[in-house]
Amino acid sequence: MSTTFIVLAGPAIALLVPFTSLALTRARGLRNLVTNLLLAGSGLITTATGLVGMLSPPHTLILPLGLPWLPMHLRLDALAGFFLVVIGLMTASVGIYSVGYLRAQAKEINLTLLDISMALFIIGMQGVVLADDAYTFMIFWEVMSVSSYFLVVFEHEKEANRKAGFLYLLMAHLGALLILSSFSILYAAGQSFEFETMRVVELTPLWASLAFLSAGLGFGMKAGLIPLHVWLPEAHPVAPSNASALMSGVMIKVAVFGFLRVIWDLVGLHQAQEWWGGLVLAAGSSSAVGGVLMALQQHNLKRLLAYSSVENIGIITIGLGLAMIFAHFGYPALAALGLVAALYHTLNHALFKGLLFMGAGAILHATHHRNLDHLGGLIRRMPFTAILFLIGCISISGLPPFNGFVSEWLTFQAGLMAPKLAGSPLSALIPFSAAMLALAGALTATCFIKVFGVVFQGTPRTRAAAEAQEVDSWMLSGMAVPAVLCILLGVFPVWVIPFIDKISLLLLPSNLGLSAANGSWLWLTPMSPERASYAPLIVMGTTIFAGWVAYLFYRRGRPVRRAVIWSCGHPDLNPRMQYTAVSFSQPLRQIFTLVYQPQEVVARLNHGHASLIKRVRYSVHTQDLAWKYIYLPIKHSIEWMTRRMDWFQALRIHGHLSLIFLTLLILLGFLI
Amino acid sequence: MTLWLLNILQASLLIGLAPLTVAALRKMKAILQNRRGPGLLQVYRDLAKLFCKEPILPQGASWIFRLTPYVVFAATALACAIVPVVLTKTPLSAAADVITLVGLFALARFFTALGAMDTGTAFGGMGASREMTFAALAEPAMLMGVFVLSMAAESTNLSTMIHTMHMSHLGLRPSLAFALTALLLVAIAETGRIPVDNPSTHLELTMIHEAMILEYSGRYLALIEWANQMKLLLFATLLINLFSPWGIAEEISGSALLIALGTWAVKLLLLLGMLALLETSMAKMRIFRLPEYLGLAFLVAILGMLTHYILEGPT
Repeated sequence: MSTTFIVLAGPAIALLVPFTSLALTRARGLRNLVTNLLLAGSGLITTATGLVGMLSPPHTLILPLGLPWLPMHLRLDALAGFFLVVIGLMTASVGIYSVGYLRAQAKEINLTLLDISMALFIIGMQGVVLADDAYTFMIFWEVMSVSSYFLVVFEHEKEANRKAGFLYLLMAHLGALLILSSFSILYAAGQSFEFETMRVVELTPLWASLAFLSAGLGFGMKAGLIPLHVWLPEAHPVAPSNASALMSGVMIKVAVFGFLRVIWDLVGLHQAQEWWGGLVLAAGSSSAVGGVLMALQQHNLKRLLAYSSVENIGIITIGLGLAMIFAHFGYPALAALGLVAALYHTLNHALFKGLLFMGAGAILHATHHRNLDHLGGLIRRMPFTAILFLIGCISISGLPPFNGFVSEWLTFQAGLMAPKLAGSPLSALIPFSAAMLALAGALTATCFIKVFGVVFQGTPRTRAAAEAQEVDSWMLSGMAVPAVLCILLGVFPVWVIPFIDKISLLLLPSNLGLSAANGSWLWLTPMSPERASYAPLIVMGTTIFAGWVAYLFYRRGRPVRRAVIWSCGHPDLNPRMQYTAVSFSQPLRQIFTLVYQPQEVVARLNHGHASLIKRVRYSVHTQDLAWKYIYLPIKHSIEWMTRRMDWFQALRIHGHLSLIFLTLLILLGFLI
Repeated sequence: MTLWLLNILQASLLIGLAPLTVAALRKMKAILQNRRGPGLLQVYRDLAKLFCKEPILPQGASWIFRLTPYVVFAATALACAIVPVVLTKTPLSAAADVITLVGLFALARFFTALGAMDTGTAFGGMGASREMTFAALAEPAMLMGVFVLSMAAESTNLSTMIHTMHMSHLGLRPSLAFALTALLLVAIAETGRIPVDNPSTHLELTMIHEAMILEYSGRYLALIEWANQMKLLLFATLLINLFSPWGIAEEISGSALLIALGTWAVKLLLLLGMLALLETSMAKMRIFRLPEYLGLAFLVAILGMLTHYILEGPT
């Protein structure tokens, strides 16, 4: 097969979607089926392309598109291949899921805009990953950003969605400008837009650091690192669930890719300063803990998942930061460990976050509620969604033997190698970030117990939840794909890591050298067996054994009597007496008061006397400190400045003319 | 092969002796409180009684409620298999290192909390909320505590860690004192003993762990109770073998194993005695004092890590 076919097959199929969508405007049911299956097909092909990219030497391709003097350069190497696999897997499952998710909607309203935006969004992500010159990179980056803006404002009737969309567009373009400025630094040094030249140019330390800072800020904005994350919890929840699965599962990973491509590959880690890794590590640690703390206090399921993405990007960034520090101090094998941990978590997070967003969509589809406290007891009405969602919850909580645990384990292993860096001030930062990672992991479990317990368990809190219907098999199979992959990646990490390890060889002088071939497919031993090992199959075997025994007792054991719940003698329990999401997180709200600054409102209605209480209404509002301490001050200072300057605007015509004259005089002064 | 056999025997020993540990603790407390207390076999009789009883499920409980006890028991039993007790070279320790050990406890806790949320009673929700909140603080403290040892031993494998602690003279390092303090504080919290939680109370204002398992009965309750007893013994063994492993057997020989078993039992009794003394002399803390207590454990553990980095450097 030719390179052109391998590289372009995935995007080409996605490109068919807008045309199919326009051609089939009449047959809406058919259109829904065809366009979404085309997307799924594009995802499958992209996965295959990605695997080719990871297994074979780099393919390059020059297309006669774009500027006359700058054709479009594409390159499929191991790094691009890995991210294509991430994009492809999620596109395929979201495509299958969308057939069912959009079926009812497709009959009522015209979804052409959604189809086109989805297709362009996917092409944009594939293009960014494949780009081999700065121009192509930025074009596809913008395609990705702008088409996802249309996904965010898809339900534009609601004002909140338009606001979220505006914020997203603003942040996306600020980020794009920063990325562009880092490319211009590289361009100025090598006088070429091609990545091939950018790879070899040498920058002065100052310019290299400037490139690092602007690219780091730009990609950090897209990835949602704290404090650049504010758009993410606004924009991800309001997009249709299939789109938010891709945005939260995949798009923010493309930012991770961008960071790796520009900083690790183009600028190169050999030009890295010592503090780069430290800064990345600090950003990652603060995102990991800050993200999960904010997630804990959300009642909107999709908003909660969005904040949890901030946390997981933090965990990925911790891995990258550790790798950068190790690489700087001359331990490439340890750097490879950090990189592999980060990339493994990238893949894992794409899968379980995609799964959870699709699950949130299924819940929304079945009940039309996204507030946790309006749900409950769904495990009885939607048993299959419940199992799939539970797999996602266990995986994201980093519990053995699922996949989230493997990547957190690898990150911890990398963090524990820190004593090698004796005498560096960074060595004090590493244990601190390991502590933050541990705290984030434990808080995540709390957060997802809350989600699963309140949504699926207990008794329904509203009629909609009590009458929910299980979603159709398209949606279930769309969710089953990542769920199965979560389990497989949890049990067979040794078979996956050698693939990821190829990227280490591309970006670092050394790799992990782990292979499944030498008889150790059961044991995950990233360094040496004495140092650490983990046999997921044994842990999984024990868990399955427990389940099997439980099942045997369930089938053959003596019959089990059911009785009413213990209610302290209270005659009638009702669903409102259950713990809610708000009450579940109350202890943590009290412990972390400084972070949340909760504003509680208690309204009491009484029968004419304060002690004869009729009704108590409690509400609590927590805020994101980034808004209060960073964004609002910026907004206020900009407003202050504009107010100070508005007399310019109020001038009469001769005032403006004299200003123009003055400007000309000053400019002339420069000429002379 | 002998190693594997010994490992399984060792695990069975922990699982089998776990109820006896709790019985011994109760006996010691009774003596300290001038009571006679139940006989040592009473705990076994209680478990046997629960296993024979017909379990009663609350109405509306889903399959998660029924699966939970088995997962909790299996995860804790697996944890028993990876902690070296009398022999350092346990082959199963390689299957799950100390991070996985913490993960296994977290898995058991995750399912217990799910089981508690399942019926939708306020007690279950309350228990789950409290347990998960305090676990969220205790778990990182525990990880940090063991990481101090992992860094000193350059390994997260329990078998290697205990071997290193046994063979070398790391005992005088200040970081280890911090780690020991943190782990002691965490162990009390994780096993739900006074002053953190009182396993023998069912007062709704104070209970944490008991609130989660209030709806369980029959064999389900027996499995959860047994798993809790195993957890107590596991934490005690972990503390003993990580911080004073002297006497533990490095090689397989009858005499070495017997000595190891004897020293382990003596050290265990001493630790239990200290716990009994603590439980008799202290009252349970108010629930909102707990974050300070666990925060202290976390802080001490981080201090231990920093001390290790700054004062002790690489070994």
